[in-house]
Amino acid sequence: MKTATEPAPQGVRGWLEERLGYSALIEMGRHKLVPVHRHTIWYYLGGMSLFLFLVQVGTGILLLLYYRPSAEAFESVQFLVTKVPFGWLVRSIHSWSANLLVFVLFVHMFSVFFLKAYRQPRELTWVTGMGLLFLMLAFGFSGYLLPWNTLAFFATQVGTEVAGAVPLLGHFTLRFLRGGEHVTGGTLTRFYGIHVAVLPALTTAVMGIHLYLVQRHGMSVPPGVTPKRQMRFLPNFLLRDLVGWCLALACLAALAAFLPWELGQKADPFAPAPAGIRPEWYFAWMFQMLKLLPGHVLGIEGELIGIMGISVAGLVWLLVPFLDRGDPRGRASRLWSIAGWIAIAVMAVLTAMVYVKTEG
Amino acid sequence: MSDMGAAATRRGFLGWFLGTSVGAMCASVMYPVVRYISPPDVPEPATSSVVAGTTSELKPHQGKIFRFGGQPGLLVRTEDGYKAFSATCSHLNCTVQYKGDTKQIWCACHNGFYDLNGQVVSGPPPKPLQEFQVNVAGDEIVVTRT
Repeated sequence: MKTATEPAPQGVRGWLEERLGYSALIEMGRHKLVPVHRHTIWYYLGGMSLFLFLVQVGTGILLLLYYRPSAEAFESVQFLVTKVPFGWLVRSIHSWSANLLVFVLFVHMFSVFFLKAYRQPRELTWVTGMGLLFLMLAFGFSGYLLPWNTLAFFATQVGTEVAGAVPLLGHFTLRFLRGGEHVTGGTLTRFYGIHVAVLPALTTAVMGIHLYLVQRHGMSVPPGVTPKRQMRFLPNFLLRDLVGWCLALACLAALAAFLPWELGQKADPFAPAPAGIRPEWYFAWMFQMLKLLPGHVLGIEGELIGIMGISVAGLVWLLVPFLDRGDPRGRASRLWSIAGWIAIAVMAVLTAMVYVKTEG
Repeated sequence: MSDMGAAATRRGFLGWFLGTSVGAMCASVMYPVVRYISPPDVPEPATSSVVAGTTSELKPHQGKIFRFGGQPGLLVRTEDGYKAFSATCSHLNCTVQYKGDTKQIWCACHNGFYDLNGQVVSGPPPKPLQEFQVNVAGDEIVVTRT
């Protein structure tokens, strides 16, 4: 759509405009408005997540050039980080960015939760967002094994065993993930395929729906908040987004340069699990919960109770938009906010326990 | 039957026919895919007995992991002789190790402890470790699945 004040583009821009009609997209961005109020800062987390995901895609493609998903997996990563120019940097950025991405996604999820942005008609935006979080955790879990080091081997052993403990579908899932009964080179090949093909395809589809829904419904204004004014998405909000992305990039570069990601020891399936073993921080609370549960609770195996409990809690969390009927006066539902704070407290305490004391 | 009723019946039948055909086609595509992604059973050679080590390898209150077929086993030398167990923790399948200082078998993953009879002492493991029979033949320690 062309405005009366703007002449039709000429030359290359005109040629492209005639074929792509990109000015319609620019116009849409200009008409998109973002409410400005005291909680506006939380709106930037979605864009930040997208930026970190794109960093993952870029560095992941670079890693593919040297990584070999075979018996030489560990050696190929060793070669990458020791011989390939800037190989250590690419791998470190990929690993740090994965962690930052999960962190930002959790903050994004909780901000949406506490600002009640999942209310009607944004229920499916919440559901697709939760789907994306699950996919990112699956990326983290599958990618963790790929260097084939000791920590990754046992994390995969435990993680797939947890999946295998789920009633009915558990054994099928375990065999599907491991490519057999045990964690072997076949598991590595499967995880590689899942990490670089299956999950990206699913993420593209779910992210497309999520972004469409965000665009369709616009930004949610929290209950009880009156926006001071509105800001144009293009260029005002996007430029602020870009500042955040630059900061994230600087943060990533600093972390990768000063705290390069360790490779560890090559996995040996016939070595005992080393002392102090623990999963990535975002799985630590589940790991600690399984550690604290006794062998049997009321005649049922403790691990099964833990896994079912986490699954039920996850399902309730996913269905929050349909369960939270809100306050009749249109205010935020206090009960669900309290539930959210309890969830954060439980996860924080269990995570802290892992890092404070790992043995005994 | 009126023309409209006949048309509605015909439309309904065609809708049902098309729907079931598409459903059958999806099922015929998905069935091989689901079977394909579930790996075939590859029976492991039934190993009933292995040489787990030699008598000179371990001092009292030392342990080592050995291969028992495709799975790890744990050989422990006690003051009275040798003991052998499956090294796979009954909790979530991590590989256990012997701790000489506490004379217990320990799983580092979730802090499970077993005694030297394979029984759970503390932590989350729900079942004991499988114990194997140990025989010393010359300087070889032979472990047998009972």
